[in-house]
Amino acid sequence: MRVSLFITCYNDTLFPETGKAVVRVLERLGHMVEFPRGQTCCGQMHYNTGYQAEAMPLLERFVAQFRGAEAVVVPSSSCVAMMRDHYPKMAVASGRAELIAEVDALLPRVFEFSEFLTKRLGLEDVGAYYPHRVTYHASCHGLRNLLLGDGPMRLLKAVRGIDLVELQGLEQCCGFGGTFAVKNADVSSAMLAEKTTAVLNTKAEACTACDNSCLMHLQGALHRQRTGVKTVHLAEILAGEDGVGR
Amino acid sequence: MSGVGLDPKTAPTFPMAAKAMLGDTQLRKNVRHATDVIQEKRARVVGEMPDWQELREAGRQIRRHTMEYLDFYLEEFEANCTRAGGVVHWARDAEEARGIVVGLVKASGSDQVIKIKSMTTEEIQLNSALEAAGIHPYETDLAELIIQLGEDRPSHIVVPALHKNRQQIREIFQREMKLPELGERPQDLADAARMFLREKFLRVKTAVSGANFLIAETGGVCVVESEGNGRMCLTLPETLITIAGIDKVLPRFQDLEVMLQLLPRSATGERMNPYNSIWTGVDAASSGDGLRDGPRVFHVVLTDNARTEILADEEGRQTLNCIRCGACQNACPVYRQTGGHAYGSVYAGPIGAILTPQLQEMHHAQSLPYASSLCGACYEVCPVKINIPEVLIHLRNKVVKQNTAGVAGLFDVEAGAMKAMAMIFRSERRFRAAQRLGRVAERPLVRRDGQGEGWIGWLPGLLGGWTQARDLEEMPKETFRDWWERRGRDGN
Ligand code: SF4
Repeated sequence: MRVSLFITCYNDTLFPETGKAVVRVLERLGHMVEFPRGQTCCGQMHYNTGYQAEAMPLLERFVAQFRGAEAVVVPSSSCVAMMRDHYPKMAVASGRAELIAEVDALLPRVFEFSEFLTKRLGLEDVGAYYPHRVTYHASCHGLRNLLLGDGPMRLLKAVRGIDLVELQGLEQCCGFGGTFAVKNADVSSAMLAEKTTAVLNTKAEACTACDNSCLMHLQGALHRQRTGVKTVHLAEILAGEDGVGR
Repeated sequence: MSGVGLDPKTAPTFPMAAKAMLGDTQLRKNVRHATDVIQEKRARVVGEMPDWQELREAGRQIRRHTMEYLDFYLEEFEANCTRAGGVVHWARDAEEARGIVVGLVKASGSDQVIKIKSMTTEEIQLNSALEAAGIHPYETDLAELIIQLGEDRPSHIVVPALHKNRQQIREIFQREMKLPELGERPQDLADAARMFLREKFLRVKTAVSGANFLIAETGGVCVVESEGNGRMCLTLPETLITIAGIDKVLPRFQDLEVMLQLLPRSATGERMNPYNSIWTGVDAASSGDGLRDGPRVFHVVLTDNARTEILADEEGRQTLNCIRCGACQNACPVYRQTGGHAYGSVYAGPIGAILTPQLQEMHHAQSLPYASSLCGACYEVCPVKINIPEVLIHLRNKVVKQNTAGVAGLFDVEAGAMKAMAMIFRSERRFRAAQRLGRVAERPLVRRDGQGEGWIGWLPGLLGGWTQARDLEEMPKETFRDWWERRGRDGN
């Protein structure tokens, strides 16, 4: 399949390893990967903070970049949630029939990375090897907006060498929430403290998720507390190989 | 201090109030414990219902339909209530509602009232108006009695004293009821409250109640509760004054079938409330020499207080579908950290974050639409499927529009940053330049840690909130798109 990547602005800038891992997994599975170079940002931060007008041109930009795609893969559950939940409404609000039609036609081809593997390709084992103790955090957007369910867990369970430990309070928000972490820093930190305690209780070496925004938040506290626990995007675990036979 | 801080006009912004609450470890422990217990019960009884999602959908549709034809159903309610011997009053705002109720209490000849089940009276700050008029209100809902005696404020719409534990309640009773010997078993506390209230039930001739639902088809009023104190207030006094927001109406009696399944399960995790009272007007026999049943005089004060404005706002309208079950509060990770008082309003938690700013003029409640991480837990549990995150985002947009209007808007730091970012994202060239610039700009802030990795432990200005409790890793040397291009060039 010809897979178009939407890497998202913060993965591009702050977490390039995630994008590289997505490429590695997809190519290993035999897909042709392309990266439309004009892509930037889905507009989530603007839209969710109340700057709807500023998000609109970014929607148009996304449509222009990906209208010809066979499948669009995005390693960020919150960005996909932004598109699914708000793009159709925004298009309707614009009153432009051709934009409404394009958004409607494009969205069914947009997938969060783990969702693409489990739902679109029907895979669980992607041939990964990752010999570490890992715990998984279900990000809110993946859990409630995209209804990823146990898809990411099934992918992880199929990884060779992994020691998977379940996180207490899996469905609790980590407290990031985009600008929430800055505007309500105290409450956000209190929510985060609960999450990091749960992570530390698992004695995992790394915490994974389908969203680097949650992980950046967790990582910030885990580093500040000098815990030595790492955060790593699900794609990077699935990209892991043992070097045998490849 | 009763009522102090409840007023969003004078309440501090949410982040400030929340910071103060976060320091109260006892309160946080109490809130956490209580919401855990209720949530667990709720999950259990909801799990028993194979058709829960269909019920939610039915609930949503009933409420949506009602809001669409609200004027019609309100008039139908008025006609049927009047026919049954009730008197309907219309109040445009809180002040009018207070005036009407105070007038009615005075006309009843009583200088005391017993009260039950009314967040609406809290919303319009009725108690202080009654007191100012020389009328003493007695709260009879156990939780509200605790709040009243403790000169406290409600922190939850269903369990207003949720932030207090048994020990604290005992201390309030010992002090206020003059019972120094009072035991600490739940039974002891319940007995004390019963003794205290029984005397009021038998003596006070005028009652003020809220309403869970108004039924247009019959003109009836429905109140559900757990303790039976409400039923005493609804049946014993001679004059009953019910105050309800105009959003409380349901079209048909049959609609209760859906609501009375959704509400108790969502609110307290009960299959059904122990006491469900529905009354319609007055019993004709009670005015003559016949057997008395219920009040002789019955008034309903239908209060608008900004609800028609909410109704007019297409995106905000679903807020009025709320049946005040409080499930969203229990599920909200923000509420669970701060408790209800931080919201500066009788309506706390997610429902408070969307209702309060719409009940008040926006500038009084600017921070509330941002008091959420948009995690969606509230939407997931709401029995009538109010998409609270969607309304929050809609209200944020209103805040932004207000803040960026006019000359002052030109100097709004956040708006400036947001607009600049949006400009950057509209061009790949500008985006790449910004990525490069970011690496340069962060350089003075980056410190090396033991492993030789670069981290930022302090950020200036608006971003400082981040580094209160978190570090930020330095930006990687190469962006994904640079890597992609290099890879293409190198041909691997
Ligand atoms: S918004 Fe929904 S969950 Fe919250 S109190 Fe209202 S009905 Fe209950």
